[in-house]
Amino acid sequence: MPLLWTVSIILALGVVGYVMGRKRAVATAGGNARILHSLPGYYGTNVAIITIVPALLVMAVWLIIQPILVETRVTEMIPASAIEEAGSRGLVMSDVRRVAGGLDTAIEQGALTEDEARSIRTEFTNVRDTLAGVGVALGSDVTPEVLSAAQRYRELSRSGNLFMTITLLTLAALGFLYSYARTNRDFRARNWVEASVLVILMLASTIAILTTVGIVLSMLWDSWNFFQLYPWQQFFFGLEWRPSFEGGSELGLIPLLWGTMYISLIALLVAVPVGLFAAVYMAEYASKRVRSFAKPLIEILAGIPTIVYGLFALITVGPMLRDYFAEPLGLGSSSSSVMTAGIVMGIMLIPFVSSLSDDIINAVPQSLRDGSYGLGATQSETVKQVILPAALPGIVGAILLAASRAIGETMIVVLGAGAAGRIDLNPFEAMTTVTVKIVGQLTGDTNFSSPEALVAFALGLTLFVITLGLNVLALYIVRKYREQYE
Amino acid sequence: MNDMSVSRDVDTGEIKMRARGVEVFYGDTHAIKSVDVDIEDKTVTAFIGPSGCGKSTFLRCLNRMNDTIDVARVKGEITLDGEDIYDPKVDPVQLRAKVGMVFQKPNPFPKSIYDNVAYGPRIHGLSTSKGELDEIVEKSLRRAALWDEAKDRLQEPGTGLSGGQQQRLCIARAVATNPEVLLMDEPCSALDPIATAQVEELIDELRTRYSVVIVTHSMQQAARVSQKTAFFHLGELVEYGETGKIFTNPDDSRTESYITGRIG
Repeated sequence: MPLLWTVSIILALGVVGYVMGRKRAVATAGGNARILHSLPGYYGTNVAIITIVPALLVMAVWLIIQPILVETRVTEMIPASAIEEAGSRGLVMSDVRRVAGGLDTAIEQGALTEDEARSIRTEFTNVRDTLAGVGVALGSDVTPEVLSAAQRYRELSRSGNLFMTITLLTLAALGFLYSYARTNRDFRARNWVEASVLVILMLASTIAILTTVGIVLSMLWDSWNFFQLYPWQQFFFGLEWRPSFEGGSELGLIPLLWGTMYISLIALLVAVPVGLFAAVYMAEYASKRVRSFAKPLIEILAGIPTIVYGLFALITVGPMLRDYFAEPLGLGSSSSSVMTAGIVMGIMLIPFVSSLSDDIINAVPQSLRDGSYGLGATQSETVKQVILPAALPGIVGAILLAASRAIGETMIVVLGAGAAGRIDLNPFEAMTTVTVKIVGQLTGDTNFSSPEALVAFALGLTLFVITLGLNVLALYIVRKYREQYE
Repeated sequence: MNDMSVSRDVDTGEIKMRARGVEVFYGDTHAIKSVDVDIEDKTVTAFIGPSGCGKSTFLRCLNRMNDTIDVARVKGEITLDGEDIYDPKVDPVQLRAKVGMVFQKPNPFPKSIYDNVAYGPRIHGLSTSKGELDEIVEKSLRRAALWDEAKDRLQEPGTGLSGGQQQRLCIARAVATNPEVLLMDEPCSALDPIATAQVEELIDELRTRYSVVIVTHSMQQAARVSQKTAFFHLGELVEYGETGKIFTNPDDSRTESYITGRIG
């Protein structure tokens, strides 16, 4: 039975559970809903939750675990010689999955019967032609080992699916019966629903946290592989970035980190003053009317996709900087430059700084402004000496958040600053950042066992650690100084 | 202090501020209706009245704090030493240095005690050297009866003081700019009785140098600290006179009803 059907049945059972649970609760109260412990709807909801949620949870776990189990079992069947021939275990297994999928397609289209699919042998049938006939193209002839592994794979998956369907439906039915049987007028359905809601909410946040952990672990694993192939000293302290897929690459982090920091610095030099001044104007000076249309206008900047900013850098800002600054000053003739990317990225970051700072400035109590005006201070004196110091922790937090955005930005850099890893002080020189190189190392034909490809994961992990550090620092600063006023 | 008799000593000085026909509008609301008051020098004048009667609004007219509210409009004439404070020639920022204000809730800046007091003198350039500024800070803290408690912790944040100390710090801050009039908008309503007593004592001392105007909800407080009392009701000034007389023998029946607790 397809999964969709199973889920539909479970959900339908839940709906029936809601209606019946509700009805039964009212019936046990003799039709007088007032003597029930909870509102009738709670009894229904309780039955529905206990019917649906455990079954769906088990399903989620099952769907993750079953393929892993099946793969291990099938992998055992493949002889070492076949693995050697194909190059790696992973390649054989992808063949197996492809053939298994092909057999399914063939049955669906009627080219093979279920029995034939189970019993065909490479000795008697040309499996490759048969599958090509239903639109599944295979790269090479199917070996007997792969075919039997694929058949085994299908069998295990089928029985696994069947077993899962039975388990899920049983679980849903048991949940239904159990909670339905417990429904009577003294049952505290309201409290039980409350507890279930808590569990569901906790599960949701756990998933978010586990995903983060998963991302880190997967990067850790591949980074570990990279450091097995490439010495970590040369990665972290190398001053050259010259990857070459023929071997003998130099994969130093420093040029990329330098580019990242340089571009981010210029971006912040643009974004922080402009964003902060805009925020002060919005929060302190602008009339309600101006504010009501100017603020959304500024925030539009945040909604522009970064690739569009990249185009702006490529066709407008880059050539302009080259023609009016770099060439007359004799600083270079490249339209891709740190300056271009930095300025455009700074424009992108303005709304981040201004919007957050605006909220923070607005949160400074009016009593502090009154106090300052009452002493005969002007508006700008008040802003400079009272409001900005009071809002400073929040503003620093906003700036650090903008900095982590700048460090993670890719598109503007590709189009604005180029892709050459280089250490140079000249801001009109093309340079590049960590993120650009991650993309560069993983696009095109890549061999995931070479350090040139795996270096992307080490770069990603480094970047993750840097931005995580900045975010933690931002949170720490905001928390530590938050209660200065009040 | 604590003297409710009619024949209390009122050493009336000359008139410091004079208000004639003052009207205030908040948008369409007519908040103050034709108020005439003379505020005397070296005197504590109390404004009493039920909530929403306009006493705080009127107080804020005296140093043009209402200018910071967009919808507020003020009509009529208010003079300080005979000069119209709403004259276009007058800079409201300069005026507020002369007419200081202390607010209902203590609002020290998130700065050190020293910087809080030095804020006004620094803005107005009242000192030319660090030594002079130190002197102003010490003098102001002494006047606000906070010096002994604060002298060893001048560099600690003003927000770390207790509520009563914070309010005295705000008074020291207002005194530091050398004002001629000190406006106080319910300065004790956020304080406990002991802190209130300290602040009231302080107000009585401040009277020797400044003209003090205090808005209060507590009639006992008005009776304790003021020499003159003005009773506001529904945006009108109902009665204005010597405190002893207002509290023992008011002319207007509404005043009598309010102080005896029948309206309000």
